[in-house]
Parts: sequence; structure tokens; C-alpha cells
Amino acid sequence: MNNERKNTKSGLLKVTAGSVKYFLLIILALFFLFPIIFMFVSSLKNNEMQVISDMSNLRGFVPYGDIGFKNYLDVFRRMSFGRFMFNSLFITSITVLAGLIFNSMLAFSLARLHFKGQAVILSIIIALMIIPIESVVIPMLLMVNLVGWIDSYQVQIFPFIAEPFFIFLFYQFFIGIPRDFDEAAVVDGATPAMIYRRIIVPLSRPVFASVLILQSMFRWNEFLWPLMVTRGERYRPLTVAMQQFFSQDPRRWGDIFAFAAMVTLPLLILFLFFQKWFIQSVASSGIKG
Amino acid sequence: MNMEETSTGIPNAYSGSLKRQKRREVLTAWMFSAPSLILLILFLITPFIMAFIFSLTDQRLIPNLNVPTEFIGLRNYARLFSDETFYRAILNNFLFAVVVVPVQTAFALLLALLINQRLRGITVFRTIYFSPVVVTMVVVAVVWSNLFNPGQGFINKFLKFISFGSIKPLGWLQDPVYAFPAIMLLSVWQGVGFQMIIFLAGLQDIPAELYEASRVDGANKRQRFRFITLPQLKNTTIFVVITTTILAFKLFTQVWVLTKGGPQNSTMTTIVFLYRQGFRQLRVGYASTIAIVFFVIVLIISLFQRVFLKEERR
Repeated sequence: MNNERKNTKSGLLKVTAGSVKYFLLIILALFFLFPIIFMFVSSLKNNEMQVISDMSNLRGFVPYGDIGFKNYLDVFRRMSFGRFMFNSLFITSITVLAGLIFNSMLAFSLARLHFKGQAVILSIIIALMIIPIESVVIPMLLMVNLVGWIDSYQVQIFPFIAEPFFIFLFYQFFIGIPRDFDEAAVVDGATPAMIYRRIIVPLSRPVFASVLILQSMFRWNEFLWPLMVTRGERYRPLTVAMQQFFSQDPRRWGDIFAFAAMVTLPLLILFLFFQKWFIQSVASSGIKG
Repeated sequence: MNMEETSTGIPNAYSGSLKRQKRREVLTAWMFSAPSLILLILFLITPFIMAFIFSLTDQRLIPNLNVPTEFIGLRNYARLFSDETFYRAILNNFLFAVVVVPVQTAFALLLALLINQRLRGITVFRTIYFSPVVVTMVVVAVVWSNLFNPGQGFINKFLKFISFGSIKPLGWLQDPVYAFPAIMLLSVWQGVGFQMIIFLAGLQDIPAELYEASRVDGANKRQRFRFITLPQLKNTTIFVVITTTILAFKLFTQVWVLTKGGPQNSTMTTIVFLYRQGFRQLRVGYASTIAIVFFVIVLIISLFQRVFLKEERR
């Protein structure tokens, strides 16, 4: 009898503990989701008056009333949104692609080849990881101004291709690949370049994916540098365009949310599809240095 | 060279091809290294050295031919250390670090512990908690500025609701007292998912045997957390604390979008100040001085990490 009661009690406790856990998980989920839902829902409300009157209560999270894509069309009508989107996509993809190739190549020669000076280069790369981009932007601004690169694509691409941190991530991965593979290939007459292409790169997909995702996120979000080096609309990326659109008076919240939603969607969709890779790349950035 | 003079042909050819191989390896190594090295020299090392040099001059962004740039020694530094706005900026960065680093680290650890449980649907929660990380900071700032709207904003209404009307609507981003806390809140909201994943990786690296052994020894849940989880997460925690501290000193985007350092410099940060001096006022020399001081701060924080981790390794 006594025993039985104990059992049901602990069973009940388990059930309550379980629901307490879920309750906490859901509260936290709401905390992280509400601004995102609010943004998407508001962007779909055609009537600006409704957007403003709904923003102070829970109706802001409910798509009702005059729903449609009018705000999205407005964004395209009011400015060259397509241009900004193209600029961001172009700058991000070229920088990341070149970054993957060049950073991994340098890491390969540091990790897998032997040449004089490589120890020095490696320690310089590790030291350079400490220098934040913010501490070099001002002299760099003067430099690019002198060569007439203000308002261009190259000014937003070249400075960000080589990244000591990514070189280091590649290096750490490459150094862990067993040497037997290359030795066998060397016996078969493979050159170092062939070893890089046919052995190291195919074996290193995880680190390439990590750098791809991290660098894409950093590039897509870049704000300070393009704010300094773009004047007109032609080469302006989405982040700067978003900020300037936001600062324009009068503020039309429906349009602003539509703009914000369109900036957010590409990365959010990629994240939902390639979650595992995103999580893994973030986890790999935490490698204890 | 010597080998080629020997009489037998076999070692000759062998050493020749070995040498050729070696030469090719060195050549490839340099060719492979060159693109990144050149880019690093041009866009990181050179401007970094220039920052040092400019910080000792009165260099301007657009040089005036009548007033040539002059070497002015440490005058920029002297001026910087008596500049009230700069003190305000540095103080704000410290304040941000002191509040956000512990809060965000503890929050990230809590989230990591929660999503590390074997519960049905737990990956959905992991996805949700991480999703703000993939939202661009400019967008985060814009959306939260609506939520923080002084009159009718959702946050004001929410606070009024949960406090049964006792919390009066706040000015948030327009109020010198509440602007910076508002920026802190949205920064944590956006960034905590990143650290959560790093903690999660750390948790999953802890050998299961440790927990099993402790269970055999009769340790309860709290003891396991206290004597296994926390010590095993030491390196991860150091990493998270240091990187978050550095990020606190880099604070710029959300501030520039929302307040540009105001109201009354209440959200001024080092990088906002640097941007204003270098880009708005075109004072390259003075801004470079800010950049160098900023670098020294980041350097000191990074050195802390190396010292801590080295101790751990020993």
C-alpha cells in the first residue's frame, strides 16, 4: 500500500517534471521567436494604420485583415532593392569562394608541405588572429581612397578574403589527416598540388562547410566597412540599405518589415535546410585555441 | 651536386628526382601561400602598421595641400585620454561586458543544458533558440526598435500587463537611462544561440564514463553538475567568456542603427567614437589612436585567454 502510493507519487512527479520542462522550453521558444514572427506577420499587413495599431498588442502576431504583398511591392518600387540584394549576394559569394580556395591553400602548405619559413608564417597567422578588423578600418579607408576604390565591389571583397581565423581552422583540420595518404600518393607520382586537390580537399568537407557557413554569415552581416566605403546606391549592400531605409522619414513600418523580412529570409531558409551544418560550423568555431 | 659525380647511375637518378620533388614542393608551397599572404599583408598588416604611424600624426582623410601632415608625437594619445566622450565610450563597453558577458554565458549554458536532454522534439527547440543568430544584426535592431517604441511599443504594453499597470511606459531608446539596457537585451537575444551551440558541443564532449562512474558512487544530479559538468566545461567557458568580452568591445552595428551613440552619449561605444572621428570628422590620425587603444584592450583580453588555457594544459 505504502509502496504503491510512493510509486504513483514518483510517476506523478515525473509527469509534472516533464511538463515543467516543456513549459520552460516553450516560454524560451516564444522569447526567441516573437520578434521574428512579429516581423513576418507585420510585413504582410497591407494597411499601414493596422500595422501601427497592432504593434502594441497580441494582434501584432496574428495575420488578419488586409493581408498581401503590397509592402513588398512598395519596397521594390521605392528603391532599387533588387540591386542591393544582388550586391550582397555577389560580394558574399565571391569573397567566400575566393576565401575557401586561398585560405585552404595557405593552410595546406603550412600543414602538409615542408619549406623554410613555414613555422614563422604559422606563428604570424596565429598572432594576426588577434587583430580585429575594427582597428585597421581607418588606415584602410585612407588606402582605398587613394587608389580610387571607394564605391566599388573590389573594396568590399578583397580585404575580407584572407582570414587568419579560417586559415587556422583549415590548418587544424589538415594537420589531423593521416600522412599515409599523401605518402602513398607520392609513391604513385602525385605532385603536392594533386595531393591537395584529390586527397586533402575531398577528405576535408566538414571544415570547408564550416568556413563556408561562418564566412557567409560574417560577410552577409558586414556593416561598418560598407558604411564607410559605399556612397551611392550602386554598390550598396543590403545591411547599409536597410539602415538607410530605416532612417528615412516618414517611417513606414509595413515597408520596413517587408525589407527586413527579405533580408532575413535567404539566410533563414538556408539555415532551416542545412541546420546540421550550421550547428556543426558554429561548434567548430569554438575549438579551444 | 656531389651525388651527380658518383660513378653509379642509380643513386644519381634517384637523388635527382628526390631533389626535383623537394624543389617542386617548396615551389608549390610558396605558390599556394602567396595569394593569402599578399592579401594579409595588404589588408591587415599594412593598415595595422599605418594605424600606429597615423596615431602619431595629424593625418586627415583628405589631405590639405596647404597644411601638410605633421608628426605630433603622443599628442593624440594625450588628447584621447582627456577626452570625456572617449571615457564614456570605454566605460560603456566595460558596462556592456560586465552585464552581458555573465548574463549571456549563464543563459547560453542553461539553454545548452536544456537542449542536451533526451526529450521528444528537442531539436525543434534547438532550431528555434539558434534562429536569431542567422538574423542580420541590422534587421534585429530595426525590429526591436519597433518593439521598444516609447508610446505604444509591445515591450511597454507587455511590462504594463505583467506588472498590472504599475510599470509606466518607458522611453527606451530615447531615454539616456534605458537606451543602453535596451541594446543589451537585443544583443543577448541575437547572440546567445551561438554560445549555446558552443556549450552544447562542450557538453557532448564530456565522456559518458564520468557520469556513469559518479552514478555508481551515488552522486545525485546536482553533484554531477557541480563536480563533473562544470569542471569539464572549464575551457569552453573560458572561450565563451573571452569571445563575448571581445564582442562587447566591438559593439557597433546595433548602436549605429538605433541611437548613433545618443541620447547624450549614453550608448557611445569605442567603435562608434572611432567611426565618428575617422569617417565623419575625417580625423584619421585621431581615429587611428582610438584604433590602437582599442587593439591594446582586445590584446589584453586575448592574452587572458591564453594564460588561462595554458594553466589548464599544464
